[in-house]
Amino acid sequence: MASAGVLHERGPMHLGSSVQSTVKILVVGHFGVGKTTFVGSISEIEPLRTEELITEASTGVDDLAGTPDKTTTTVAMDFGRLTLSETLVLYLFGTPGQQRFQQLWEDLSIGALGALLLVDPERLGESFPVLDLVEQYGLPCAVGVNHFDGSPSYAMDEVREALNLPHDTPVVPCDVRDRKSAADTLITLVEYLHSRTD
Amino acid sequence: MTTEDADFELRGELVRPYVITNGRELPSEREFSVTTLVTVTDEAPNSRVLSPESRSILDLCSGGYLSVVEIAGHTGLPLGIVRALLAELAENKLIWTRAPVPSAESADKQLLKEVLHGLRRRFA
Repeated sequence: MASAGVLHERGPMHLGSSVQSTVKILVVGHFGVGKTTFVGSISEIEPLRTEELITEASTGVDDLAGTPDKTTTTVAMDFGRLTLSETLVLYLFGTPGQQRFQQLWEDLSIGALGALLLVDPERLGESFPVLDLVEQYGLPCAVGVNHFDGSPSYAMDEVREALNLPHDTPVVPCDVRDRKSAADTLITLVEYLHSRTD
Repeated sequence: MTTEDADFELRGELVRPYVITNGRELPSEREFSVTTLVTVTDEAPNSRVLSPESRSILDLCSGGYLSVVEIAGHTGLPLGIVRALLAELAENKLIWTRAPVPSAESADKQLLKEVLHGLRRRFA
């Protein structure tokens, strides 16, 4: 029970030549909500972290006359991989939810199938800026409500109401540490994405 | 301050990346998507002298296909730098790439069905 999500076998590093195409899904949420853990629970490779150089507007507080109004900084993201068939591979991107990382969202949202929004029922207010980004980039999404053993269970409808989500947005409980639970949440998202094409 | 000094000042933060990429502009997401797959061509093993970073990318990609973001993760180089190095390697015909599913098809019913079946099979 304790390590259900951690001790599964990881696959080989390289993909074979039969793989024809890749798709991606963003795993989004506020700082510390469990994005990295979620990706680690279901990725077939050891999850990796990479950095992207982004340009962001200076805050203005320590702005000196004559300095450029933009600065270059780095943002880290975690990602994992799931081979779905001989020809198709899915990448999962743990994407930081701060508004100042919009450039990263702009890059990652291109061609993304959708987003899985992880929320902490104790800190729902922190999910609003992330939800704004999800809407801004037109990503269809499902919500996973982080649930730990022993933590009080929240009615999914309460979360839906608090976040003011559309009636058809799936809201499901999710233990990000548990492989099966994380996979079920991801499957819920893709079922929703598929149903929208009807 | 002369104009030359001012230019230098502005580039201060980017010195290291620009050295690695030999002055090449950083390509955009559209040229090398994070999920574009990369492998080496037959030319790669006999290629002329390359930077250590480019060489490490070729070594990494010689076992099969890896995505651009995996190359960044394994080499520890920022994505923008990896994209610039890949652009150079592609120009010299040392790598092959396979682009991801185009944006227009991300809501394609058949594609989403394949993703769904794949996930259910894996986690059944």
